[in-house]
Amino acid sequence: MRYNWNWSVLYTVPYLGWIISGLGWTILVSLVAWVIGLALGSLIGTMRTLPSPTARAIGAIYVELFRNVPLLVQIFLFYFVLPELLPREMGRWLKRDLPHPEFTMAVISLGLYTACRVAEQVRAGIQTAGKGQANAGLATGLTTAQVYRFILLPLAYRLTIPALTNEFLNVFKNSSLALSIGVLELTSRTRAIADYSSQPIEAFTAASVIYASISFLIAFLMRRVEARTRLAGTLATGGR
Amino acid sequence: MGNFDFGVIVRALPLLWEGMQVTLLLTLFGIVGGIALGIVLAIMRGSRFLPLRLFAGFYVDLLRSLPLVLLIFWFYFLVPIAVGHPVGGFYAAVVGFILFEGAYFCEIIRSGIEGVRRGQVMAGLASGLTQTQCMRLIVLPQAFRAMLPVMLMQSINVFKSTSLVYVIGLRDFLTAADLIGGRDNRLTEMYVLVAVVFFVICWAASQAVNLLQRRIAS
Repeated sequence: MRYNWNWSVLYTVPYLGWIISGLGWTILVSLVAWVIGLALGSLIGTMRTLPSPTARAIGAIYVELFRNVPLLVQIFLFYFVLPELLPREMGRWLKRDLPHPEFTMAVISLGLYTACRVAEQVRAGIQTAGKGQANAGLATGLTTAQVYRFILLPLAYRLTIPALTNEFLNVFKNSSLALSIGVLELTSRTRAIADYSSQPIEAFTAASVIYASISFLIAFLMRRVEARTRLAGTLATGGR
Repeated sequence: MGNFDFGVIVRALPLLWEGMQVTLLLTLFGIVGGIALGIVLAIMRGSRFLPLRLFAGFYVDLLRSLPLVLLIFWFYFLVPIAVGHPVGGFYAAVVGFILFEGAYFCEIIRSGIEGVRRGQVMAGLASGLTQTQCMRLIVLPQAFRAMLPVMLMQSINVFKSTSLVYVIGLRDFLTAADLIGGRDNRLTEMYVLVAVVFFVICWAASQAVNLLQRRIAS
C-alpha cells in the first residue's frame, strides 16, 4: 500500500470551509426533517390507535408505503417525478421558482420517511401506555382529544425517548442521502475534498469523526434526559 | 401523467434485469457476510477477554454511527489503495456492506441471546449440563427463535439499502433505471417503476415475516 499522508489538507483553504459549511447543511437538513418527521409521525401514529377504522387505515397505508420504498428512490420521486405529475403551473413553479429546490425536496422527503418510522414508535408508545389510562381519562369526562393531549401522548413520548433518539440519529445519518440531488452536506463535501486533493483517507476520517462524535454526544445527552423523564413504576426504575 | 409510456419499460426490461441481478447479489453478500461477521462480533462482545470485548463494542458503536453512504465512499476509495490497483465498485460495495451490516446483525444476535431469561441457564446448569451444552441446547434455540424475525426484517433493509450504491455509479437496479431514464428522457416512468418493484417485494416479504412472527409467538 502506497499512500502519501497529508493531514494538513483538512485545515487548508478552501477545504476547511467546505467541511464547516457541509456540517452546517447536514445539521440543518437533519433538524428540519426531524421537525417534519416528529410532527407528522405523531399524527400518523395517533391515527393508528384511534377508534375510527378510516383513520387507522390511512395511518397504516402511509406507514407501509413509505417504509417499503428505499429512501433514495423516494428522494428521486420527490425531486424529479413530483413536478411532472402535478398540474403544469405548479410543476413549473416547483422546478423554476422554488427557493433552494434541492434542500427543500430533500428535507420534505426525508421528513415524510422519518414520519413513518416515528409513527410506529408513537403508536407503540400509546399502546404501551395502555387502555386503562385512556378509559380512566374518558371516565373522568375528558374528550378523546383531551385524553390524547393530556394523557396518552405525554406518556408515549416519555416511554419512547430511547426509540425516538434512535430515529433522530437515523435522520442525522440519512441526511447524507441529500447529496444525491446536490445538497452540499458533509458527506458530499468530504467526497469532493477526496476528489480534489487526492487525500481520501484524511477527508473521510474527518467526516467519520464528525458523524461519530455528534452521534455519541446526542446519545449521551438523551440518556440523561431519559433518566430524568423516566416514568415512576416502570421496569426501568424497579417499581419505585 | 397521461403520457405514461409503458413501452419504455418493456424495452428496458433486459437492462433492468441485469441491474436487479447486481442488486440481488449485493443483498445476498450483505446478508450472508453480515450475519457471519455479526456472529463473530457477538462472540467477541461476550468474550471474557477485555480487549476483544472493547474492540467489538467500539466497532459496533462506530459503524452504527456512520451513514452507509459515507462507508460506501470510504471503501470505494480505500480498497483500490489497499490492494494497489483498481478493483471496480462492486467489490468495494460488497466490503462496505458486509462491514456495515455486521455491526447491525451483531446487535440483533446479542439482544436475542440476552433476551433469554437467566433462570433458564441456571436450571440447565442445576440439571447437570455444562456451560457449552446450556448454550447449545437451551440458550441458542430460544435466542434463534426470538431473533429470526428481526434478522429477516434487517435483511429486507439490506435489500432496500443496496440502492445506495447509486452514489458510486455501480449499475444496480436503481442505477440501471436511472441511466435508461436519462437516455430515453423517461425518468418519471423509470423511477415510478423502481418504487413499485421495491414496494411490492419489500411489502410482501415483510408481511411474510409478520406471519412467521405470529406463528413463532403462538
